[in-house]
Amino acid sequence: MEALHIQGLKKSFGGLPAIADVSLSIQEGERRLIIGPNGAGKTTLFNLLTGDLPADAGSILLFESNVTRLATHKRVHLGLARTYQIITLFPRDTLVHNVALSLLGLSRVRWNSFGSLPDSIYESALAVLARVGLEALAERPIAEVAYGEKRRVEIAMALAQKPRLLLLDEPLAGLSREERGTVKQVIGAIPRETTVVMIEHDMDTALDMADRITVLHYGRVIVEGTRAEVVADPKTREVYLGH
Amino acid sequence: MKLRVFGTLALLAVLPLGVGEYYVNLASQVFIFAVFAASINLLLGYGGLPTLGHAAYLGVAAYLSALLQIKLGLSHWAIAPLALIGTTVMACGFGLIALRATGLGFLMLTLALSQVLWGTAYRWVSMTDGDNGLRGLARPAPFGINLDGAPAFYYFTLLVAVFAIWMMARFVSSPFGATLQGARDQPRRMSALGYHVWLIRWVAFVYSAFWGAVSGLLFVYYHKYIHPVSLSLANSAEGLLAVIAGGSGTLAGPIVGAAIVLLLKNWASAYIERWNMLLGFVFVFIVVFMPEGVVPGVKRLWKRYISRA
Repeated sequence: MEALHIQGLKKSFGGLPAIADVSLSIQEGERRLIIGPNGAGKTTLFNLLTGDLPADAGSILLFESNVTRLATHKRVHLGLARTYQIITLFPRDTLVHNVALSLLGLSRVRWNSFGSLPDSIYESALAVLARVGLEALAERPIAEVAYGEKRRVEIAMALAQKPRLLLLDEPLAGLSREERGTVKQVIGAIPRETTVVMIEHDMDTALDMADRITVLHYGRVIVEGTRAEVVADPKTREVYLGH
Repeated sequence: MKLRVFGTLALLAVLPLGVGEYYVNLASQVFIFAVFAASINLLLGYGGLPTLGHAAYLGVAAYLSALLQIKLGLSHWAIAPLALIGTTVMACGFGLIALRATGLGFLMLTLALSQVLWGTAYRWVSMTDGDNGLRGLARPAPFGINLDGAPAFYYFTLLVAVFAIWMMARFVSSPFGATLQGARDQPRRMSALGYHVWLIRWVAFVYSAFWGAVSGLLFVYYHKYIHPVSLSLANSAEGLLAVIAGGSGTLAGPIVGAAIVLLLKNWASAYIERWNMLLGFVFVFIVVFMPEGVVPGVKRLWKRYISRA
């Protein structure tokens, strides 16, 4: 089954095409890496997939459901989760509350306007934090933890929703070598029931994490294939090395 | 915390025994204004939605109550729910319009909607008696208890205010309250977590308007009179200032802010002709020295004092 099928997707900003006729097919359980230089349209593509931006043309099928015109929150209820390139957390709240908010997003309890947050939500949030090695910092406010830990909270929030399709937007950006190792471990441990699509600017670090790789350039798919195929393709070298 | 709340309530319960009628009435007005400010705080403090039109709900509930009493001669048992339902239904519609924007756009839309009502109250003389206002209203007498005396009305208002603020406190500490605060801090992230951010804001808007309407009923019961000024920008702005002065996003802030505004308005105006200037200076002082509001500001200063000691 296809987790994601994109056909003829287009998006322009003031006449400047950011995504120019992108078609992609990603199988369930696949690890897909999307690479490309700055301005290639990687994050715009993610924003179109999540519904943060409306597409000008084309279609997006998520697990065979057409979600092209569907609101962001409805796509999430179909099993889509994402992380952000620029960390987007709730800085005043604790780590466990951030993850609890993520769990609450898919729970009917979120409409309860009189009771308290159930203990079960916090217990589950703690379990997810343990998965990313942050259980000890659960009660710390986000504003008081290191950048690498915030990155892991981003991933924890996405994992908490047990997504069927997870979009990771540069999860390794700004991390030290040691932190990269930890985050790569966390991503590597994501079960195959979750399809993972990851944007990464740094090709060297991310290549070994993917089954297939898509190279975007000026909003177009220029190369797609396995690691060996993409590395061997002269178009990849041209984009990255300029020759 | 609980001890402080019960201590304050115990003090308030014995207040009418120790002070004169003037102060008992002043305290009743503070309670009414505290409910109004707390309802604004739901939007501003917890939802991040600054409103300049909240007097619409206070005023409409008060006008509906007055009109149903004068024109139809209904009993207060019927009038109160009808006024609350009518105002809340109106808020459902206003929310659809005002929440097309956030931030400054939301502020302007709420202002515009309330100004429409203010203008209507002034101009629809056959219904509202325009600038003369509606007079000759009676207070309710729940279970035969006469509320015409200052202490009786004080206890009635205290009871309603405590219930209202408790309900609002439960609301903001509930799972829905957590989502409202999430939508205030990171609306985009909240959408990406599966929340319908617009709907969350709309529900909060209507809930906040409901409690604004409750303060309107208390307002008209207290004054036994209603005038278009209750719907005015000045009334909305005073509520907003009370929240900002006391500390938005805190439960005690709007109560303290309401007390500051009402005390300055009623007390200072007895001694100073230009009391508005004094009110202005007090707000400037608060914004400069405690930009987060009096309640969080005093907490901060107290913590600093303790840590030095």
